Amino acid sequence: MSEMKKIKNLKEFSTSADRFEGANLLCPGCAHSIIVREVLNATNDDLILAASTGCLEVCTAVYPYTSWDASWIHIGFENGSTAVAGAEAMYKALKRKGRLKQPDREPKFVAFGGDGASYDIGFQWISGCFERGHNMMYVVLDNEVYANTGGQRSSSTPIGASTTTAPAGRVSYGEKMHKKNMMQIMAAHGSPYVAQVAPNKWKDMVKKIQTGFATEGPVFINAMSACTTEWKFLPEDTIAISDLATDSLVFPLYEIIDGTKLNITYRPKNVIPVKDYLGAQGRFKHLFKPENKHVLDEWQARVDRDWEYLQRREEASV
Amino acid sequence: MADKMELRDVEVWDGNMAASQALRQVQIDVVAAYPITPSTPIVENYGNYLANGYIDGEFVMVESEHAAMSGCIGAAAAGGRVATATSSQGFALMVETLYQASGMRLPIILNVVNRALAAPLNVNGDHSDMYLGRDSGWIQFDAYNPQHAYDLNFIAFRVAEDHEIRLPAMVHQDGFLTSHTAQGVKTMDDDTAYNFVGEFKPMNDMLDLDHPVTHGVQTEEDWHFEHKARQHNDLMTKVFPKIEAAFDAFEKMTGRRYNIVETYKTEDADAVVVCMGTSVETAYEVADELRADGKKVGVIGIRVVRPWPHAQIAEALKGIKAIGALDRSSPNGTFGMLYNELAGTVVNSGEVKVLTNYVYGLGGRDLTKVHLREIYAELLANAEAGKPTTPLQQLIGVRGPKISFH
Ligand SMILES: Cc1ncc(C[n+]2csc(CCOP(=O)(O)OP(=O)(O)O)c2C)c(N)n1
Ligand code: SF4
Repeated sequence: MSEMKKIKNLKEFSTSADRFEGANLLCPGCAHSIIVREVLNATNDDLILAASTGCLEVCTAVYPYTSWDASWIHIGFENGSTAVAGAEAMYKALKRKGRLKQPDREPKFVAFGGDGASYDIGFQWISGCFERGHNMMYVVLDNEVYANTGGQRSSSTPIGASTTTAPAGRVSYGEKMHKKNMMQIMAAHGSPYVAQVAPNKWKDMVKKIQTGFATEGPVFINAMSACTTEWKFLPEDTIAISDLATDSLVFPLYEIIDGTKLNITYRPKNVIPVKDYLGAQGRFKHLFKPENKHVLDEWQARVDRDWEYLQRREEASV
Repeated sequence: MADKMELRDVEVWDGNMAASQALRQVQIDVVAAYPITPSTPIVENYGNYLANGYIDGEFVMVESEHAAMSGCIGAAAAGGRVATATSSQGFALMVETLYQASGMRLPIILNVVNRALAAPLNVNGDHSDMYLGRDSGWIQFDAYNPQHAYDLNFIAFRVAEDHEIRLPAMVHQDGFLTSHTAQGVKTMDDDTAYNFVGEFKPMNDMLDLDHPVTHGVQTEEDWHFEHKARQHNDLMTKVFPKIEAAFDAFEKMTGRRYNIVETYKTEDADAVVVCMGTSVETAYEVADELRADGKKVGVIGIRVVRPWPHAQIAEALKGIKAIGALDRSSPNGTFGMLYNELAGTVVNSGEVKVLTNYVYGLGGRDLTKVHLREIYAELLANAEAGKPTTPLQQLIGVRGPKISFH
């Protein structure tokens, strides 16, 4: 096991990325790039990376350029997880056969996928990889929408969001379903480590990523990724919006160890109302009309209920 | 280190066993697989070799065929020898990834045990699945019996892994007819077999940690065409010489000769059938019998389906007057695959030939010698008349009223 990278402060941390270049085509203010830098910066280990089709992929590997200075592969929309699992299997085979070029180095295997690639189309592949116990990390860049194809709903889209396929209109308040709970589903796979992170809470995130890298077996990270284009906020507000998400407990930060032990890792000093988070984004604008008040109420009730549940789970330690 | 397996000079193997023994002997590093009849025993046997120490690679039993090929792609990009097997619906589920494997120039070997596509559900052999894969940028070899299934795997690895080629390859065999029919198979000992392919030489491998690579990039109108053009060019110009060289080397080592286009009694023939898979050898027998009666007939067996051996087939068809394209796949609204492929070759041959299409054997139905004799009789009549004397497309051996078109 290689030594954990020591990180002193944000300035040093944010400038230590030499494996994901700022030269990419992601929108200004896109949280995908912040998250990827935070994941890659958390370690000095060698990395073998995969990405699923989506904003991250189309914006970072446009031939003849690449933003990646670590081995990186993209196959399709659904199979980033299995691409890395295949590479990990080859690593094991070549190690056993004594054919690795750098036999004393232990690369980490990481796949990135959007929520569409992970919650929907790629779900089966991820489930398979986790059931088989590959030594890999899967990171969801969860912007709650199919951003790359222009803002269609996914099963991560929360209730009331207006998307191109679940638009708010004269008789609709937008998305009708609640966000799928991937954290619980992945924990139920018996994954040794499952964590939800947000890029604004970078220390919490680095700690979890480092724990993930130190864990043997499949690790699942759900990273909240604010999307300026589809959530409709100004590019300079990415971190401010992310703060609203974590402080309203819309995106609670916690981890689940061995499928059971749950730890809440961030407790806001002042919990803010959910409507402050929703009101800051264009996708929820229509919820503030009088006829949609019930959706706002449902949102707040849901967040309260989920927070209560997390706290009880933590207390019970099961 | 894996243990060696002692083989007799001739083993009684079916096609699946033959293919899996080849995978063992080339010491595959990673197999990612999902079972489907009739190809399942290939990966079961691989698991068995692993369980008994005859191989020391990794076996990843994934949750679907799409994942099987996805895992193979990741493993191949990481830099090692990779193979899997499938049939029918499994092959159909893989199709998206087949294009990705070839577009990334990854030398994966896929044993396809051909089987009909549902609906209606059918587990038996025909070539309908082959249709789906034929334009996916893979090299495709066709085995007619278990011996071929064994030998062509070695040839496939040697060609696919050549650094000037670096393209994936399929070895096809007929479901059940080849895959489950045991015959005497001449073997090679483990060292001889392994050395024919040699140690895997990685190129742009992800696991070379000092030289990171980006695989599977985005290209739009500014580069996509160049990538596809280069791949097509390499398929059209580089693959055949490499296959020829591999066939030559294989003959030198084993005495067994393969050809890109297998011709049988074609030199002075008036009429030939062109076919693939097990029907080739049935056609050899019928051609022998008709020759004994003084009928000038022959057989052309397609050994390499992709790249399409246009020049070799044109050469083989010189002087032939009537051709029957025998298709074992559902034409579903057009001529059969072989017919369509042959038509392009025949049109440019500079000779007047009569080309007709016989669709046979769907879902595992037998092609009998009686059928072939009737087909040859029609072809000889066509040769004599210099024009079609029967409908251009006929469906052979279907119950009910005779079905024919055009
Ligand atoms: C099999 C398949 N279906 C559909 C698509 C089209 N497609 C590409 S990216 C994408 C959406 C990506 O959304 P997500 O995974 O959430 O990532 P994001 O772009 O939001 O980061 C879709 C639908 C595809 N590439 N492949
Ligand atoms: S659309 Fe959203 S996710 Fe995609 S690059 Fe822009 S900000 Fe990032």
